[in-house]
Amino acid sequence: MTKFTFPQSIKSRPIYGTLEARDGSAHLLVADAHGAEAILDVATPEMMAKAHIIYIPKGEHFEDKLRALKPALFYSGPSYSAAEPRLRKALADARMGLQVYLTGTEGLMGQAMNAAMAAGIPHTAIQTEHRGSVARRMQCVHCKGITEDVETDPFVCSHCGLNLFVRDHYSRRLAAYQGVRVDAEDPGNVPEPKGIYE
Amino acid sequence: MSGAEKIAVTVTDIVPVNELVTRFEFKRSDGGLLPTFSGGAHTVVEMRDGDITRLNPYSLMSDPMDQTAYTISVRRDDQGRGGSLFMHTKIAIGDEMVISYPVNLFSLDLRAKKHLFLAGGIGITPFLAQIKQLERFNGHWELHYACRTQSLGSYVDELTSQHPNETHIYYDDQKQVIDLVRLLDGQPLGTHVYVCGPKGMIEWVRQTAAAEGWPREAIHYEEFLAPQPGKPFEVKLAVSNKVISVGEHESLLEAIERAGVDAPYLCRGGACGQCETNVIDYSGTFIHRDHWLDDAEHASGQKIMPCVSRFEGKTLVLDR
Repeated sequence: MTKFTFPQSIKSRPIYGTLEARDGSAHLLVADAHGAEAILDVATPEMMAKAHIIYIPKGEHFEDKLRALKPALFYSGPSYSAAEPRLRKALADARMGLQVYLTGTEGLMGQAMNAAMAAGIPHTAIQTEHRGSVARRMQCVHCKGITEDVETDPFVCSHCGLNLFVRDHYSRRLAAYQGVRVDAEDPGNVPEPKGIYE
Repeated sequence: MSGAEKIAVTVTDIVPVNELVTRFEFKRSDGGLLPTFSGGAHTVVEMRDGDITRLNPYSLMSDPMDQTAYTISVRRDDQGRGGSLFMHTKIAIGDEMVISYPVNLFSLDLRAKKHLFLAGGIGITPFLAQIKQLERFNGHWELHYACRTQSLGSYVDELTSQHPNETHIYYDDQKQVIDLVRLLDGQPLGTHVYVCGPKGMIEWVRQTAAAEGWPREAIHYEEFLAPQPGKPFEVKLAVSNKVISVGEHESLLEAIERAGVDAPYLCRGGACGQCETNVIDYSGTFIHRDHWLDDAEHASGQKIMPCVSRFEGKTLVLDR
């Protein structure tokens, strides 16, 4: 399940597209796991000559294929947190004309978009394509802690331990969906967790 | 009454800037303070010239935080419909005039890390106010200003003496041209480009920036279109049940107003979208000149911007 059609939802829920090669002075591609497939689909030799790929494999094995594209710069790191200083440096050094492509999980795209926006790129000019896991990055509205890669609804906050309902309410600033206590009125009455889109 | 709210003002100063450009200063006739505005805003100046009332937009060039007076610069256009000539020849210090509240269709995007200003000729005026606004909070900006000749370079001396490091001047007669591709390519991420000047310059900057991979949201432009003269034509206003004729030298909007029909407007220059009017029926050809409607809307025959666009043909029925 590397491509998934998300059900229609509320306005704040991000909508992802399909990457397309655009003219630009440089290309920054950030991906995790199966996002590598979208890079393999969109890459052209012309783009790769001016490309910087930042990749977080998350256990997938696309690194050799990505290196074979011969990007000008290639980095592979264990987590977004590990890759972030490099991403911020790349953005800080970039000039106008840079094209940004984000692909993979929602959590990765959201956080990288956050960094790109902070660097001054309008969010509408940043391309995204979802691939791979449909897990979400969630913020607990009660303790404000972030739980990564949430696959079930409800789930247990990894910080305060409350049982949280997965909402579609999304914050671009936090790059996270909102998790709200599911058993506030009737403590202990927690529905059986199931997949977010089941 | 349509348009922005009005302010009664007195002309308190008139300064010839050069052969073509004259600066006018307005203060409130009641002695009060004018509203603050944001850099890039314009005011619509009412000109009562005999039987003709012209409403022309001019960019405010004074300090946006200075509430004591507004200044505008008017470039004389001998081929135009007479608004600039009226200002140049009929207006004297002490005259009472009516101007509109400031309206901004060319504001700074304050999320920008840097503001790159490209001006051509009289297109410098909105930038003069934007520069004053940015200077107040230490904004990061740079100006590239193309003028025909040294003697026609309005406010060049003021800009180069006050902001020598930010100001770059290009004189056409000395074959100096903005090296646009290089200029755009060197800009740090988060730069927004703003262009105000002749149509050709605006198109050049928009197309070059887009080709260099600049996001659409980071490209800002302002071009006030003056309504162009054209063949007279007749229009039926369906809602008010009137048939009016549009003269050679008046715009459709002016003809509608002359007939006593209150039609919405704001910029009167084809940019803001306020005067968008539905077409009920037509037989003929539209001469669309606005920046507001897209190509599909222009081709649809369903909408017209009466401030700048005209019509040639047998019948035109508007929902007004």
